[in-house]
Amino acid sequence: MEDEQSFSDISGGRLSLQRRYYTQSCREFCLNCPRLSLRSLTAVTCTVWLVAYGLFALCENSMILSSAIFITLIGLLGYLHFVKIDQETLLIIDSLGIQMTSSYASGKESTTFIEMGKVKDIVINEAIYMKVIYYLCILLKDPLEPQEISQVVPVFQSAKPRLDCLIEVYRSCQEVLANQKATSTRS
Amino acid sequence: MVLKAFFPTCCASADSGLLVGRWVPEQGFAVVLAVVHFPFIPLQVRELLARVQRASQVGLAVLGTWCHRRREPEESLGRFLEGLGALFTHKPWLQLSREPDSRRWNCKVSSPGAPCGEDQVMLIFYDQRQVLLAQLHPPATLPDRRAGDATATAAEGGLAAVFHTVARSEALFQSDRFDEGPVRLTHWQSEGVEASILVELAKWASGPVCLLLSSLLSLLSWLSTWRLCRLCPLAFLCSKLCTCQQLRLRLQHLQLVFSTQKAEDPAQLMRKANTLVSVLLDVALGLALLSWLHREDRIGQLADALVPVADRVAEELQQLLEWLMGAPAGLKMNRALDQVLGRFFLYHIHLWISYIHLMSPFVERILWHVGLSACLGLTVALSLLSDILALLTFHIYCFYVYGARLYCLKVCGLSSLWRLFRGKKWNVLRQRVDSCSYDLDQLFIGTLLFTILLFLLPTTALYYLVFTLLRLLVVAVQGLIHLLVDLVNSLPLYSLGLRLCRPYRLAAGVKFRVLERESDGPLRLLMQINPLPYSHVVHNFRLPSCGCHPRQSWSSLCRKLFFGELIYPWRQRGDKQD
Repeated sequence: MEDEQSFSDISGGRLSLQRRYYTQSCREFCLNCPRLSLRSLTAVTCTVWLVAYGLFALCENSMILSSAIFITLIGLLGYLHFVKIDQETLLIIDSLGIQMTSSYASGKESTTFIEMGKVKDIVINEAIYMKVIYYLCILLKDPLEPQEISQVVPVFQSAKPRLDCLIEVYRSCQEVLANQKATSTRS
Repeated sequence: MVLKAFFPTCCASADSGLLVGRWVPEQGFAVVLAVVHFPFIPLQVRELLARVQRASQVGLAVLGTWCHRRREPEESLGRFLEGLGALFTHKPWLQLSREPDSRRWNCKVSSPGAPCGEDQVMLIFYDQRQVLLAQLHPPATLPDRRAGDATATAAEGGLAAVFHTVARSEALFQSDRFDEGPVRLTHWQSEGVEASILVELAKWASGPVCLLLSSLLSLLSWLSTWRLCRLCPLAFLCSKLCTCQQLRLRLQHLQLVFSTQKAEDPAQLMRKANTLVSVLLDVALGLALLSWLHREDRIGQLADALVPVADRVAEELQQLLEWLMGAPAGLKMNRALDQVLGRFFLYHIHLWISYIHLMSPFVERILWHVGLSACLGLTVALSLLSDILALLTFHIYCFYVYGARLYCLKVCGLSSLWRLFRGKKWNVLRQRVDSCSYDLDQLFIGTLLFTILLFLLPTTALYYLVFTLLRLLVVAVQGLIHLLVDLVNSLPLYSLGLRLCRPYRLAAGVKFRVLERESDGPLRLLMQINPLPYSHVVHNFRLPSCGCHPRQSWSSLCRKLFFGELIYPWRQRGDKQD
């Protein structure tokens, strides 16, 4: 069952949340971030080339112009491959674990999988950063002391959705976790 | 708890049969390792399982049945398979089946007490070969627990149990699909034993070759310790020269690579492989450098250029000293002290120039032999270059030492006379400043000396500053060369190559992908290996370098510079322990 809704992130950009319910115990949430805007790309390229042209006018060395083109290309490729995240996915599978995937604009995907045995809970935390922002995070258990929390792993770090989107995801995840806790106490 | 059935992708197209594998009750994992086909004798299946269990210490059992209907639906097969459940009792009993044309999978679990429903089973496909060869590198390892520890992984770290099971059950995968054994299995098939003669010969010859080389290397290391202990000045020189450190490190590396003991765990094997690749790369780069040097008589050109360069440096230094002896940057120096220091240093430069001119006929020959050392490796050539640079700028080092000592004495004198001026003294017993009553003549002489030292301070300070800057410049160039040497020494190229070409071997974890789901079918996931990022590969498998790094922080360096203490940038590990 698939479902799509539109939300906004903390700086006002449009996000779209796609929810897929595969089974009662397996759900996936996909957040699509706003794409690279042509306006900002043009602005950066023009700035770099104007600076290069200014230096060329001072030094009369044509290497500056070719190196400016080279730098722009390499910088753009590096930005697309290492910085710009297009989509963030959270896959929660009952009694197996939680998987977070970030897809970059160049197609690269980076995945982290956390086993259910290490997960204590999923909560929404508040952070104060020039204003109050909310973020969803996974609390991990300390293997030596099961009651203590050893690590906090934030989710949707580059999409940064607002509270309404987080509440939707939080409710679904809590349903799956409650189901898992019930079966684990039963068995 | 939902039952998770791990099914190998190679068995997805196999004929019907029995599922054989391991059941992990704590996590609810049923790890299927192979499919046993009809016809079989149950006794022989049990014997095979017992044999593999003895070899691998992993508890194997018949987990259930697999039904792959190829042509027409065969009801008799279905009833036969259900009857097998009574023969091989296992709780829970898994029944997997697959329709021939559609991609419809069916999964049923019968376990005592729990109701059997579709939601109770999850099918996870895994690539057996990749899971077999992968080594898990968990991101946070506790200090008292190592990855790959046999007793620990079964109890905790659920997915590590799957890796552990597949890796230990290699005895089960020994039989080939063309073998005519009593039991026919489908599982991951290797490409077969290597049949090339050269590889066999290499394997056979590697034993005695390793023995010979390791005895040679141990003889070499014994010789080096014996000679060095006897001749004291040679030992001192060898501890200061970078080349000797590098040669010693390479000797250790070669001893590790050619040692006759087999590697105990994968980490040691990786280290051996990394060391071997690093040594080979070093020698290859060194030979390339050698060929480049000898091509157009570059050594001759270098030798011809060396003496004029040294002359030029000496001339520049002379001009600098003349400038200092005048009125440098408009500052007014104390004329007498200035002249004394300036003439002293000028005489040194004159001595140095004469030595260089004395050595100039031999320079080409020396350089040729130094160039030959590049066949031992690029790192050795670079260390030699660094040592030659140190020797050529020895006069700068001497000037720095003279200037620093003079400045240090001055600062010490000034601080103690300043204390006298204020009526205090340093109590050595109590390590603190105490008040003290001085006699009038002590005060008079003390104040006089203080004034003299204070007004001579700018001159000494300026000389110290200039020579310290020169020394720091030389140290910076040497530092760059050392950085390059360190890079070649410690970069784990074999691990990086493995990460590039066979990324599943170095696993940071797993990742799951949900496969298309038919209605009413079980949830199907594909488990893939998540490879280790390159930065973690370099960090985990870095080879230990020779440790010639500056160990001081910036603040202690500045403090030493201010008080005129000598800085030794290349304090070796051996010196630190003494």
